[in-house]
Amino acid sequence: MEAVEQINLIGLKDEKPQPAQKIWKHKHILDLDDFTSEEIDLVMQTTEAMHEILSRPIKKVPTLRGKTVVTLFYEASTRTRSSFELAAKNLSADISNLTVSSSSVTKGESLIDTLETMEALGADIVVMRHPYSGAPNLASKHVKASIINAGDGWHAHPTQALLDMYTMLKHKNSIKNLKVTIIGDIIHSRVAHSNIWSLTKMGADVTICGPSTLLPKGMDNPQPYFPKVNVTTDIDKAIKDADVVMGLRLQLERQQSGLLPSIREYSRLYQITEERLSKADKGVIVMHPGPVNEDVEIASTVAHGDKSVINEQVTNGVAVRMALFYLLAGGSRNE
Amino acid sequence: MNKSMLIKNGRILDPAQDLAITGDLLITDGKIKEIAPDVKNIPADCTTLDAKGMVVCPGFVDFHCHLRQPGFEEKETIATGSKAAAKGGFTTICCMPNTEPALDNKATIDFIKATSASEACIRVLPIGCITKGRKGLELADMGELAETGVVALSDDGSTIADSRIMKQALEYSLIFGLPISDHCEDAMLSNGGQINEGIIATRLGLRGIPNAAEENVIARDIALAKLTGARIHICHISTEGSVELIRNAKKDGVRITAEVTPHHLTMDEEMVLDYDTNAKVNPPLRTKKDIAALISGLKDGTIDIIATDHAPHTENDKLCEFAVAPFGISGFETALGSLMKLVHNGDIEIHLLLSKLTVVPSKIIGSKFGKLGTLNQGATADITIFDPDVEWTVDTKEFYSKGKNTPLNGHKLKGKVMATIFNGKIVYKDNSVKLGV
Repeated sequence: MEAVEQINLIGLKDEKPQPAQKIWKHKHILDLDDFTSEEIDLVMQTTEAMHEILSRPIKKVPTLRGKTVVTLFYEASTRTRSSFELAAKNLSADISNLTVSSSSVTKGESLIDTLETMEALGADIVVMRHPYSGAPNLASKHVKASIINAGDGWHAHPTQALLDMYTMLKHKNSIKNLKVTIIGDIIHSRVAHSNIWSLTKMGADVTICGPSTLLPKGMDNPQPYFPKVNVTTDIDKAIKDADVVMGLRLQLERQQSGLLPSIREYSRLYQITEERLSKADKGVIVMHPGPVNEDVEIASTVAHGDKSVINEQVTNGVAVRMALFYLLAGGSRNE
Repeated sequence: MNKSMLIKNGRILDPAQDLAITGDLLITDGKIKEIAPDVKNIPADCTTLDAKGMVVCPGFVDFHCHLRQPGFEEKETIATGSKAAAKGGFTTICCMPNTEPALDNKATIDFIKATSASEACIRVLPIGCITKGRKGLELADMGELAETGVVALSDDGSTIADSRIMKQALEYSLIFGLPISDHCEDAMLSNGGQINEGIIATRLGLRGIPNAAEENVIARDIALAKLTGARIHICHISTEGSVELIRNAKKDGVRITAEVTPHHLTMDEEMVLDYDTNAKVNPPLRTKKDIAALISGLKDGTIDIIATDHAPHTENDKLCEFAVAPFGISGFETALGSLMKLVHNGDIEIHLLLSKLTVVPSKIIGSKFGKLGTLNQGATADITIFDPDVEWTVDTKEFYSKGKNTPLNGHKLKGKVMATIFNGKIVYKDNSVKLGV
């Protein structure tokens, strides 16, 4: 793991790198609201080392040999699950996948029962995706295994936000003072929520933008519950001079629930287009957690254009998840 | 049990007669015989209870609770619920009809009365449904319910969405003079919401319930009560706007009464920050600003009474993802300790607090069930004795209620019920209280 020693992407205050155990405090990864900047920094550096492993001809290291990782998905997701699965395999973990249809989720005992079964079978780390916000928090209180939240309801998607940050750092020198604009259905977006925690923690200047029915209220004022960000319904204002523009997947049922008049109107008002992007910083990158509704939230020309880093996000996802597995398993950079 | 009991050296407070003296209270034959600084004519073989440093007041009257029987006996029964209520200082409790089957006819009310007579340690008064099966479609046989002995009518938990039905229910209730008690929630607006709408709901990723979901229906009910001249009682109000609506309605002469719960008066939405399903309640815990408005509403008489909305659930019911957990807090056994915080903080006077728990709810119930909520000479000896200053830690393992669902487990409260006397008999006594002869 020498590679880590040489990497200092963000630059800790303390020039001398500290052993990971001293910085890393997490048993579970539920959200980023309780991550320190040092921990986020450590994840970024560890990810860089994992990224190096992924560039080798043989992408496999024995770090998690003998550990069992279980993915427990109550929602369909091909890319997130495969990303975790590849990450675990690259670290030589044993992996077991369990899919539960979300319609079978009616009572929590079944969640806890399922987790206890996983544990009895020897799971060390459970990667969980669940349609109900807070389900991983519940899980973390009832099992000894480490829980990684792979997305819960409208709440959080911490590994996505970390891979987003890593991707930004591949293109930008620092997160501090970076102008990041997130556009779309902010209120129902776990990706946006986790990104707001991590980006503001690292000093980014975050703007959220979308139709007023999909924007949280009160986030432009200081309060103890969520970081303060800039909030606007004006997409041109939001994109102006931005270093990073992030689109979010629009759930098409927002129209039926009356939050939007139509997908057509949404696209007209809030689609990330070439023309709108021309007002951003020259070096702007365009991101999206995927899967993209092309020509709804992002013009297809932008999604596939030279400013788009959407495919890189997917690649980086594996490295970030490897780093998180490694840190949860008690990894030290001095090993 | 002896026929007479002397409670000595207590701080005797009875808001019904503006009474506040330190002294003795003598009970004979289940009735209040005498209150004096020093009762002289003490019958032989009289039990004595030294209440030095304690408050002696009328037994509390709870106008809103859930005993879950029939239908949900795993959550609570009339026996366990009444025992828990007695431990909380209550001697009269009014149980809501959202049982299975619902209390919408004579047979079910008779069941409650018979079960209470044999199993409850205190007075249980049923509330009947407004509509058949609480479905909000057809009126229940209110006349029969009134004759059988309900204290009010309510489809608790379900607002009557159809305003025409609600208007007719109010009109029809005029025959019997019973209050219509409404759980006010615009279900289209609350739309499966989980907690107070706002930044905390956004942070947790939970659907919010806006204040307007409550206020909309209160505004409608006020208009309908005004139109019909009937009595409306508003359940568990939680928002500043609700207080304002009711305040104005009272100025306007509308026959409206309102209640607030101990939890809405003492806890805010921060209690759910860790997805604590035990703090999931409907209406949801709101903000500090709402709490301040509720307290001011208590003080100026806008809010008439404090009712627990005791809503027991099993541990498994609450041991689940937040979105699928049922609403409700088990409230009997923490009510006084929670409310005394308001007194200790100087928010309200103890007399005011006690009036909201005794004389005023008794007035809403009326005289049909005896002279309740007072220590008047000759009244039924329903008495609560509590130590206002003792500190204790809530431990749900010690609850008599089957419902351990409270966010207060492990919290320190100041103020504890030491003994509850119903009909002249001790139905609950703290271990520290010693009786003498």
